[in-house]
Amino acid sequence: MDFLIAILASAVRSGTPVLYATLGEVISERAGVMNLGLEGVMLVGAYTGFAVTKSTGDPWLGLLASFFAGAAITLIHAFLCITLMCNQVVSGLAMVLTGYGLSALLGRSVIGETIAGMTAYKMPFLGDIPFIGPIFFQHNAMVYVSYALIAALCWFLFRTRAGLNLRAVGENPRAADAMGIPVTYIRYFYCMFGGGLAGLGGGYLSVVYAQMWIEGMTAGRGWIAVALVIFGLWNPARAALGAYLFGGVEALQLRMQAMGSSISASLLLTLPYLMTIIVLTIVSIRAGKGILLGAPAALSIPFRREDRD
Amino acid sequence: MIRLKFEPRLDNPAWVNVLIPVAAVVFGLFAGGLLFFILGVNPFEAYWAVLNGAFGSIYGLSEIVTKAIPITLTALAGLICYKMLIWNIGAEGQLCMGAIATVAVVRFFFVDNWAVMFVIMFFAAGIAGGLWGGLAGFLKARWNVNETITTLMLNYVAINISEYFIYGPWKDPMSWGFPFTANFPDAARLWVWGNTRIHAGIFIALAAAMILQVILKRSKWGYEIRVIGENPRAARYGGMDIAKNILLVTFIGGAIAGLAGMGEIAGLHGRMSRGFTMGYGYTGITVAWLSRLSPIYVPLVSFLLGILLVGGDTLQVVMGLPMASIQILQGLILFSVLAAETLSRFRIKIVRVSAGPAEEAK
Repeated sequence: MDFLIAILASAVRSGTPVLYATLGEVISERAGVMNLGLEGVMLVGAYTGFAVTKSTGDPWLGLLASFFAGAAITLIHAFLCITLMCNQVVSGLAMVLTGYGLSALLGRSVIGETIAGMTAYKMPFLGDIPFIGPIFFQHNAMVYVSYALIAALCWFLFRTRAGLNLRAVGENPRAADAMGIPVTYIRYFYCMFGGGLAGLGGGYLSVVYAQMWIEGMTAGRGWIAVALVIFGLWNPARAALGAYLFGGVEALQLRMQAMGSSISASLLLTLPYLMTIIVLTIVSIRAGKGILLGAPAALSIPFRREDRD
Repeated sequence: MIRLKFEPRLDNPAWVNVLIPVAAVVFGLFAGGLLFFILGVNPFEAYWAVLNGAFGSIYGLSEIVTKAIPITLTALAGLICYKMLIWNIGAEGQLCMGAIATVAVVRFFFVDNWAVMFVIMFFAAGIAGGLWGGLAGFLKARWNVNETITTLMLNYVAINISEYFIYGPWKDPMSWGFPFTANFPDAARLWVWGNTRIHAGIFIALAAAMILQVILKRSKWGYEIRVIGENPRAARYGGMDIAKNILLVTFIGGAIAGLAGMGEIAGLHGRMSRGFTMGYGYTGITVAWLSRLSPIYVPLVSFLLGILLVGGDTLQVVMGLPMASIQILQGLILFSVLAAETLSRFRIKIVRVSAGPAEEAK
């Protein structure tokens, strides 16, 4: 039982960076902009968060900086995809290359440095609930922020006027435009907001989770986040479930390594990636049968207001 | 209020095809220089180091060609899929599987005859890479599983499998604990030109570029691929089997990338070591787009990117910058190509609109 609790608790902890990135991508894709560059955005966020935390000594400032760094670098992607109507897949790949290179170049000055990170805080009452408490409510503050974010985004997307506008822009930009919704502006805003969350996910990774900077430290988490958006059917709550599932596989793999399992560490490292493929396949099969809803209709289709002006 | 207006260009003059990649590279390098400057790196010094490393010696020049070989192949691997709008970004993993298969056949089916060995390695690497790419293609064709994600995930899986072999069962007992496999016997090594590191893979790369050019531009099948990519609805009406073609292009693409892996192992290193894939799979994506998806330009563009990579080595040694700084340039060049493509398709006008009448005209 203790073992199970330990695994699930660390599933939440290690799923959280992916969770932030996944939520960001849900928002961006709901508005119709696919950002495959999360891996690069997360790395930029991870470096920025670490460097700012290191120089100010305040992890909160570091995380704030990682959010804005993520949003800022995503502006390139937004400009190419929204204004210049470029291919979103290729632009995303360029984001990965640029973000990786930029963070590696900048990060050479902080290699080997360490920071204090954030301490875990046991929630009053909730943290004492047997089983649930230790799994969900004995973590650092950023985990709690992510819970609030999931709830807030669900409410925002499905219960507010602004959320409806956001979804309209992703489903049918022409109709949205005719209703007077500023399609371009909305796409820019949410694309960059999504990038900001991915940056924050990266920041969590370096500031809270690893408490150091390593070149390429996201190790594919940005890509996994993109896959989890599909798994999550563009719904923040379902996407969160996916992120914890991924975190669980990672936690299990680390635990098996630590216990000196006879299976090679390299082979165990393939597990999260294989699981992502399997999960994605299952979702696709079900979507193909019409059991599940698909992507936003105007996802990755640029909008050109050709008939007007 | 000022707004940008995009009007489609009706004419597409021939010079556009040449000017765009050139202008994009120049702009990308300019933006990269600016970025270096902001980050406190002297851009002139950095580019000088790149040029000096690449062209300062015969060795540098030969190294460019050596790097252009796998890049050409990985670019072709992506290109044939992109033609059909299949986003295969898994050349890195397919190259890796080709390399693993090469090491495997040399370990288990070694024949002391270079010609026989070449054929065995060629097919092993091609089939291994092809199956790795075809796996993602199968999932796409059968259940419409997003191939961008699966090919990318399979990269990480392949790299980890190779490390399993490098650190585990195939580790050279004589390596003093270093992570690499045993050196290949001479009969399993490809031909190498003089005292350079340019190997026989160059012929495979050039042949692949030419064959793909002919297939895509001249054959019925190539026509089918282009139609599916440009107008899938028309292709379906025309009775083209899209699923079959997805399987074919992902298998062939993977096989080509697998051959790059064979070249790296049997031609260049003579053994498999950690990190041998060098990110060539990702560089190939940039090259494919810079070539505007024309196989015939791929070797030339690979050479250009080879300059950057060789220069990147120098950058690391001379200026202490990480190898990944070169990726910034690659990324910026790729952004520029994309932007330039839009500029070639549309005429951009700046129009002044007053809010009032435009709203009424709605």
